[in-house]
Amino acid sequence: MKDQYRLIEFNLNGKDVACMVDCRASLTDMLRNDFRLTSVKKGCEVGECGACNVIIDGECYNSCIYLAVWVRGKHVRTLEGLMGPNGELSDIQQAFIDETAVQCGFCTPGFIMSAVEILESGKLYTRDELRKLLSGHLCRCTGYENILNAVEKTMKKRLGVV
Amino acid sequence: MYDMKELYEAFSVQEAIELRLAHPEAQIIAGGSDVLVQMREGKRAGKELISIYLIDELRGVSLDEDGAIRIGSLTSFSHITKDPIIRRYINVLGEAVDLVGGPQIRNIGTIGGNTCNGVTSADSASTLHAWEALVELTGPSGKRLVPIKAFYLKASTVDIREGEIQTAILIPKESYENTFGAYYKYAMRNAMDIATTGCSVNVRLSPDKQTFDRVRIAYGVAGPVPMRAPSAEALIQGKPLTMENAEAFSLEVLKDIHPRDSWRAPKAFRQHIAVEMAKRCLIEAANRCGGEIK
Repeated sequence: MKDQYRLIEFNLNGKDVACMVDCRASLTDMLRNDFRLTSVKKGCEVGECGACNVIIDGECYNSCIYLAVWVRGKHVRTLEGLMGPNGELSDIQQAFIDETAVQCGFCTPGFIMSAVEILESGKLYTRDELRKLLSGHLCRCTGYENILNAVEKTMKKRLGVV
Repeated sequence: MYDMKELYEAFSVQEAIELRLAHPEAQIIAGGSDVLVQMREGKRAGKELISIYLIDELRGVSLDEDGAIRIGSLTSFSHITKDPIIRRYINVLGEAVDLVGGPQIRNIGTIGGNTCNGVTSADSASTLHAWEALVELTGPSGKRLVPIKAFYLKASTVDIREGEIQTAILIPKESYENTFGAYYKYAMRNAMDIATTGCSVNVRLSPDKQTFDRVRIAYGVAGPVPMRAPSAEALIQGKPLTMENAEAFSLEVLKDIHPRDSWRAPKAFRQHIAVEMAKRCLIEAANRCGGEIK
C-alpha cells in the first residue's frame, strides 16, 4: 500500500491536533491508540452496541465503523472532553452516579455522549422520545431504567422544568 | 484496523469518477455502515476501497427548477428526516428512514448507500419505489437518470456502470404533488433491527376526496428486490374510499408479492403481515390526504 500513513488535522476535545494515521484505522483505533482516549470502548466493532460512540460536528457516531481519515477538519468530542478545569464531573456524569445508572461501566461513556447530544439540543423530550434517542446503545447490567432516569432528570434540571 | 488492501479518497465527483476508472475492482464506500461491517465479517476483507464520504457537494436536499426534489446521495438518514423540504412534500420518506438502525446509524447511513447496496430490506427503498424516484448516476460521459425500479437489477446488484457513482435521488413533482404516504415496518424490535417486511403506500385523492385518484404501493422483503404491487394499485384506482375497497386492495397484493421463508420469518407470516400493512398504510395515507375511509 502506498501512502499508508496520512496526515490528518482535526479538533479533538477543543484542541487542534494532527496525526499521522494508518488509513486502515477506525476512529476508535486512532482515539485509543494515538490519543489514549480509553473512554472510547471497543465493544462489538460493528456499530451495534454504541460503546465507541463519540460526537463529530455535533452528531453522534459509532467510531468503530468510521474511518479515522474521515475526521479531517472536523470537531471530535469524547467523554474525556466533558471534564471540568479542575477535573470535575459534568452534571450528566454525576447524574449517572446518583441514579445508579452505572454498573460495570463499559457502556457508560457511549451513553453519556448520546446524552450530551440530547441535552445540548435544548429540547424537552418525552420518556418515549428519550428511549428512541438512546436506542443505539446496549447495556447488559442496568436494564436501562436508571439510565433513562439520569438523562431525563438532567434534561429537566437544565431546562428548569420540575 | 480494517483488513483493506488500499484506500482511495475522493473529494469531488470528478475525482471519484477518475478513481473508479483507474480502479474498477475497488468497492465504493459512502457512510460505511454496510461496507465496513462486511469487511469486519471478512466478506470484503482485503479489498480496495474508494471513499466518497467526504464529497460534501453530494449532501443536502433541494428543489430542482422543474420542481423535482433532489436528495444528494450522501445525505444521511437523520438529515433527510429533519429536512424542511422532505417534511413538507414527502414526509413519509423521512419517517421511513427514521426507523433505520439506531440514532448513530441514522447519522452515518446515507440514502445513496441504502439504495446502492441493492438489498430488499432497505427502509428507504420501498418508499422510493412507491414514489417512482429517479436515480442520478454521474460517470465519464456525464449524467444519466434511471427509474428506481430499473436501477435494481437483482438482489445486491444495481445498475452502476464503469466509472460511475450515484450522485442523487430525484422525486419528480408529478409524483409528490397532492400525494401523501404512510410507511409500516414490521421487525422484531423497535431499534437496531432489519425489517421482516416493510410497506410503503401513497395516495392521491380526487378533488372531492371521495375516490382514490392514484394509489401506489411498494414492499421491502416481499421478494429479492423492493417491488410494487401493480394488481392492487389497479384494483383500487378510481374506487370510493370504503373499508370494503381497502380490504380488497390489501388482499390483492398477494397476487404480486412473492416473499420467501427465511430465518427471520416464514413465507406465510410475511404474506399475512403484508396484507395487514397494506390496509393500515392505505387508511393512514388516505387520512393524511384529508379523506376518510367509510
